[in-house]
Amino acid sequence: MTTELPVLRTERLGRSIGQSLLVSDVTIEVPRGEVLAVVGPSGAGKSSFLRMLNRLDEPTSGSFSIEGRDYKEFLPRELRQSVGLVMQTPFLFPGTVETNLQFGPAQRGRALGPQEINSLLERVGLLGYERRDVTTLSGGEAQRVSVARALANDPVLLLLDEPTSALNEEAKMGVEQLLLEIVHASHLTCVVVTHDRAQAARMADRVMVMEAGRMRKIGTVAEVLGA
Amino acid sequence: MLKHWFAGHLALGLAQAALAASVALVVMFIARRRSIHLEKDISLALIRGIVQITAVGTVLVLLLRGPRWTGGLILLAMIFTAAMISARRVRTIPHAWKVSLYGILAGAGSVIALMSLAGVIDSAITALVPVGSMLIANAMNANSLALERFRSDVQAHVGQIEAALALGAVSQVSVFPYAQASFRASIIPAIDNLRSLGIVWIPGLMAGMVLSGSPPVYAAVYQFVVIAMIFSSSSLTCLVSTSLVRQNVFSEADQLLLRPSAHVAQ
Ligand SMILES: Nc1ncnc2c1ncn2[C@@H]1O[C@H](COP(=O)(O)OP(=O)(O)OP(=O)(O)O)[C@@H](O)[C@H]1O
Ligand SMILES: [Mg+2]
Repeated sequence: MTTELPVLRTERLGRSIGQSLLVSDVTIEVPRGEVLAVVGPSGAGKSSFLRMLNRLDEPTSGSFSIEGRDYKEFLPRELRQSVGLVMQTPFLFPGTVETNLQFGPAQRGRALGPQEINSLLERVGLLGYERRDVTTLSGGEAQRVSVARALANDPVLLLLDEPTSALNEEAKMGVEQLLLEIVHASHLTCVVVTHDRAQAARMADRVMVMEAGRMRKIGTVAEVLGA
Repeated sequence: MLKHWFAGHLALGLAQAALAASVALVVMFIARRRSIHLEKDISLALIRGIVQITAVGTVLVLLLRGPRWTGGLILLAMIFTAAMISARRVRTIPHAWKVSLYGILAGAGSVIALMSLAGVIDSAITALVPVGSMLIANAMNANSLALERFRSDVQAHVGQIEAALALGAVSQVSVFPYAQASFRASIIPAIDNLRSLGIVWIPGLMAGMVLSGSPPVYAAVYQFVVIAMIFSSSSLTCLVSTSLVRQNVFSEADQLLLRPSAHVAQ
């Protein structure tokens, strides 16, 4: 067995603004192919933690590395291409579904061929949607497009911030199911924030509990959430 | 009628001013009968107006005798002031005054310099300063519109901008649509001025030239010249400022700092 570097490793990672501590002292490792759920009450710092991993916010203490490489060694845009982020709201760009899928690769001067577009759409269950204007999509469909848009960059780590909490009950299960399929089929490494413990149990291999910016517990689903 | 009674320029001017002011006072009394009290505002504004404009007139007389380079200095001082005034509208954007300064220098500054070298603007101080100040004032207004629009568009689209960043876009690209929209919006007044020239609007400059005895057709053409210069200097100003301002709303590591609540990260 080779000792592979973890895809994500954080080392006492923290962020504070002025006097307020958003995230403090989080040290974790996420090996390749693992799904880690982050749960905790509102305001616990889950989103703040995730945003640092995509460097949308700057860590103010500690550090993290992606596949063994310190985050500061990446150009911000390089890091963001390797670490996909799907937010609670899709925030699609105006235009068609295809415009949105092309956006990430275009930043590196690459254009996706029709085949690649089709295979992305197939993965999110939206085959044939490439010409659709994004304003005509349902909430669930829009969120699927934002997942496909992140996957178009072929990330080594996928961050999901409450990916289903803005959806209605029916769309929620659909998108969750789809995310599970994608993650398992592509053996993706994934950190998913959710306030829904049942969802965490369904999706994750391990669970981390955050409270007041700190990591309270981390372990397998059975250990943390109890059976 | 007044001309028959008052011989000197100064006396005539004062008489005309008194008559114009008394019409304003009549309006004030009419308003008063309808319980709209403008006395204080109007009296103050009238006094202020005549003092300011007479002072400027006096300064112009002094300038007329000064060497030509003082004209350039005055315009430069105006550009600095204009940049500060413009930046005051967008205090949440760091270093907005530098962006405004570079914009107005590149826009109004270069158009004034080129056009006076070419002889389109008379380089005599009495022509250079008033025409130059018109270009600078209009560039300032356009720049304020552009930066204000950029600020509000960015704050209204934080989600889209961060989505673009998260997909690996460089900061400039992520706010490009908003810089473009700001530029378009900022040049609307200059374009509408060109369009409406002479139809809904006979600007003061032309009126002044005709009053002071220039041939009306030349006055009309020169008015077009000025409005066209205003268009180019304002557009150039905003082209530069909307392109420069993009970097100012991001941190070193391409993180969006300008947020709706205006609490700036870091
Ligand atoms: N830019 C900021 N400046 C100051 N405080 C902030 C800032 N961003 C977030 N916070 C605060 O940091 C804390 C953590 O916020 P965060 O959004 O990370 O929580 P969360 O766990 O994702 O909550 P939720 O489940 O409601 O999404 C909150 O108290 C929030 O008010
Ligand atoms: Mg959150």
